Amino acid sequence: MIFDSAPKFRLAFASLVLACVSGAAQAQAPSAAPLKVGVMLPFTGTYAPLGVAIENGFKLYVQQQGGRLGGRTIDYVRLDDESDPSKASENASRLVKRDHVDVLLGTVHSGVAMAMAKVAKDTNTLLIVPNAGADNVTGPLCAPNIFRTSFSNWQPAYAMGKVVASKGAKRVVTLTWKYAAGEESVRGFKEAFEAAGGKVIDELTVPFPNVEFQAQLTQIAAAKPDAVYVFFAGAGAVKFVKDYAAAGLKDKIPLYGAGFLTDGTLEAQGDAAQGLLTTLHYADGLTSARDQGFRLDYAKTYKLQPDVYAVQGYDAAQLLGAGLVAVKGDTTQRDAMVRAMEQAKVDSPRGPFVMSKAHNPVQDIYLRQVKGHENRVVLVAAKGLADPARGCRMN
Amino acid sequence: MTFFTRRRAWSASSWTLFLLALAAAPAMLDGGFELELLSKVMIMSIFAASLQLLVGCTGLVSLGHAAFFGVGAYATALVVPQAGAANLVATLAFAGGVSMLFAVVIGLLVLRTRGIYFIMVTLAFAQMLYYVVHDGKGFGGSDGTYLYFKPVVGMFGKTWVDLADGRAFYWAVLAVLVFTLGVLRVVMRSRFGHALAGIRHNEQRMTASGYPVFLYKLASFAIGGALAGIAGSLYAFQYGFVNPELFSWHQSGNVLLMVILGGPGFGGAIAGALVFVLLSDWLSELTKHWQLIFGLLIIVSVAMLPLGLTGGVAACHATIERLCARRRGVPAKTVPKEERAL
Amino acid sequence: MTLATFFVQCLNSMQYGLLLFLVASGLTLVFGIMGIVNLAHGSFYMIGAYLAYSLTALTGNLFVALALGLVLSLIFGYLLEWVFFSFLYERDHLQQVLMTYGLILVIEELRSILIGDDVHGVAVPAFLAGSIAIGNDMLYPVYRLFVSAACVVLALALYWLIRKTRVGMKIRAGASNREMAQSLGIDIGLLYRVVFSLGFGLAVMSGMLFAPVSTVYPGMGAQMLIVCFLVVVIGGIGSITGAFVAALLIGFVDTFGKVLWQEGAGIAIYLLMAVILLVRPAGLLGERAMR
Repeated sequence: MIFDSAPKFRLAFASLVLACVSGAAQAQAPSAAPLKVGVMLPFTGTYAPLGVAIENGFKLYVQQQGGRLGGRTIDYVRLDDESDPSKASENASRLVKRDHVDVLLGTVHSGVAMAMAKVAKDTNTLLIVPNAGADNVTGPLCAPNIFRTSFSNWQPAYAMGKVVASKGAKRVVTLTWKYAAGEESVRGFKEAFEAAGGKVIDELTVPFPNVEFQAQLTQIAAAKPDAVYVFFAGAGAVKFVKDYAAAGLKDKIPLYGAGFLTDGTLEAQGDAAQGLLTTLHYADGLTSARDQGFRLDYAKTYKLQPDVYAVQGYDAAQLLGAGLVAVKGDTTQRDAMVRAMEQAKVDSPRGPFVMSKAHNPVQDIYLRQVKGHENRVVLVAAKGLADPARGCRMN
Repeated sequence: MTFFTRRRAWSASSWTLFLLALAAAPAMLDGGFELELLSKVMIMSIFAASLQLLVGCTGLVSLGHAAFFGVGAYATALVVPQAGAANLVATLAFAGGVSMLFAVVIGLLVLRTRGIYFIMVTLAFAQMLYYVVHDGKGFGGSDGTYLYFKPVVGMFGKTWVDLADGRAFYWAVLAVLVFTLGVLRVVMRSRFGHALAGIRHNEQRMTASGYPVFLYKLASFAIGGALAGIAGSLYAFQYGFVNPELFSWHQSGNVLLMVILGGPGFGGAIAGALVFVLLSDWLSELTKHWQLIFGLLIIVSVAMLPLGLTGGVAACHATIERLCARRRGVPAKTVPKEERAL
Repeated sequence: MTLATFFVQCLNSMQYGLLLFLVASGLTLVFGIMGIVNLAHGSFYMIGAYLAYSLTALTGNLFVALALGLVLSLIFGYLLEWVFFSFLYERDHLQQVLMTYGLILVIEELRSILIGDDVHGVAVPAFLAGSIAIGNDMLYPVYRLFVSAACVVLALALYWLIRKTRVGMKIRAGASNREMAQSLGIDIGLLYRVVFSLGFGLAVMSGMLFAPVSTVYPGMGAQMLIVCFLVVVIGGIGSITGAFVAALLIGFVDTFGKVLWQEGAGIAIYLLMAVILLVRPAGLLGERAMR
């Protein structure tokens, strides 16, 4: 762990004295007032379980620190973004301008996250993204006050490209939804796969969020590639895996995907998903003490098994904590706080990681295989993989 | 004063009071957020008023009006310079023009239908445009596009007012609202407006009287579309962000709701927009499942107040008048049955 | 495209078209006979899917769930008409649109409260879970064939009901001339209730049948609704045959559109609608006079 608890007791005592002395005075010393964290996550809709997991992870870390980060208690201002990009700007604006939050935390959906990033940039509010993988959050939209503790869509895909090439496949068909996350994932895969000598012979897409895959499955069967790479998540992932098996393709043409294909979906996918190989920055069966401890704590506190989203939320709190401790809770020292966060070594349950220059995690990507209801780690597909952050104009 | 001049005086004074209150708001509110909210109310009022022209004045119930709002917003997002401020008037004119063009093309197709068909095909065309910006290249896909600067008001390269300031932007929106209301008033008072009213009441009779009904409806559709596009443009400037959801049928349904709940007339549309925006803002704070309450409220209010809020107010007013007249023993002025709201 | 591929794509088109027909026929029945614009029809489809999920989880058998679901849906449809939809007859289209829009919000939120927002799969009974070979390298899921067959059976049952039974005769009478039918002693209120539960039942059954294929998730209703509207517009209001033709047409255009024109796949069916509007504004088989 990178924090020690002495400063917080000192600070707590000082605040107590200050509070007594100031009496009826309105203004309190900034470091004693609670830190307002605007939690903008989906609490309704398809992504609700993800939002809840992220929030749980974040709160778990704060709880483990005795309820304080950098000496300050946390005031959560919750807002349900409903995964709706059209309301995203207003919602983020509300948190910043009306509720005057110090830090914005969110979100799952990339479109919403981009709107949040824009508001954060315009108002110079600190933003930590605990999931949305849109490459441009740490690409053209990168900023000193924007951090991400999850992944960029490129990362797991690039790692998978290397894996598939190493298995000897030469011709691959990709399939995904026609939206930013899907396109970025396919691009990452293609980059690694073609660099290793393979060829993506066809890039199929399905309009988002359509889940009718029959036509595309027929095309795949006709093309007879060596392997298929897909990016789907949530409902689409459940359906696709089942459809793929029902079309008889599972045993004929190996299917690979970014981890979201089998994350949170195994109960619904059942037998169709067994044995599938995916890549992600987290897996089941990691042997580190940190991960074991985290899982135990999480299960005890929330009576649920943690997933990659909970880990990302947990790490968001760790990152924020690193910044707060460095400035002893004084968020007005923004530059120092940002520097501390940039240099933080986050001891994550997924494995330790650092921040890239564009504020994205530089992390190991695991290759996992579905066994039962788990994505068990097989090997490390890519060690210390950093997103190339194309278009980011930060030094 | 006779009944009608009294009504007109009442109406004129309430309009003036209302607009003055809106103009004075920035002085009284210091929070940036409240001002943004009121700004949004005004933008939605323009949008609702543009639909009222179709629904209330011409009898065209469109469930796809968000299409033009979205076109205006996207036209703005695509035309503003990446590094620098756009000219407000020029951009609004452009957005309005592009929306009008779309409205004419779509109108040529959908105005061939009426009744339930019209409702459905307008919905379908809005959905089609949704897919165009959602799947097409260059629009930013499902995540949308950004605008990086607020516009400026100026001419011939000189900037008079920079709208980056929240208050300045608010007053600019107010100015556009006043302009919109002015345009609509002129339209409705003209012969064209009277013809629209005739079409709403009895289309067959108008056709029999020799009016080119199709062209009138198309013109109304086009004007409504243009004004919706202007509202969309302002929306894009306010939030700096456009995405395909602006075309969604939820957006179309919401603006239709504003028009119906508000009641007849452009004042009704504004009232509806005000209540809708503030209510959804307040309710969403209250509970996670606020849409349940909202849905129930919609059902109940449409059922109980067929003439909307202003209709309800007018009905109360009329009922009070009738009661007073009865007490004075004077025969009450009869209000036609269709116009009685309660 | 090989012959086998083409054949499989045809199967796909037919299956999608048949399913659309089933859902849309409920919509067009309610439109054509009762004159109600019902935006909540897509939500009924979603209710069916969620019903399949919960009943299969409860009883462990999809067929039992289907039978139970059919009974429940007819009862619930009857009640829903009595409690809510009967108030919509005297109102104009605008109010119907808005009230059913409110109903959508209510249904979605109730689903969120009662069942939650997760995505669910529905298990298919083992004997239907396989695939059959087509050509040398295509496999087509058996369950999809079952769905197509079930849709055909239901469609034929609907046809038989409307054309060959007394109830059907009364329905057609009520559609042509409500007052006359009433004066002849037909209880129009009861009839409308029956028709509505029929429409409701069709949507729910479609949702249930297709649930194992489509998976069960929030938002599935909205997608279905708009395509149903297209079916009705293209086919003509009140015409079940029109809905059949239109649904199959849409099935083919959509499926082959996705394969042959990937960028425009989403708008292919809307372009189809635009073309039909240009040529026949009342739909392919719609009546001239409509409400």
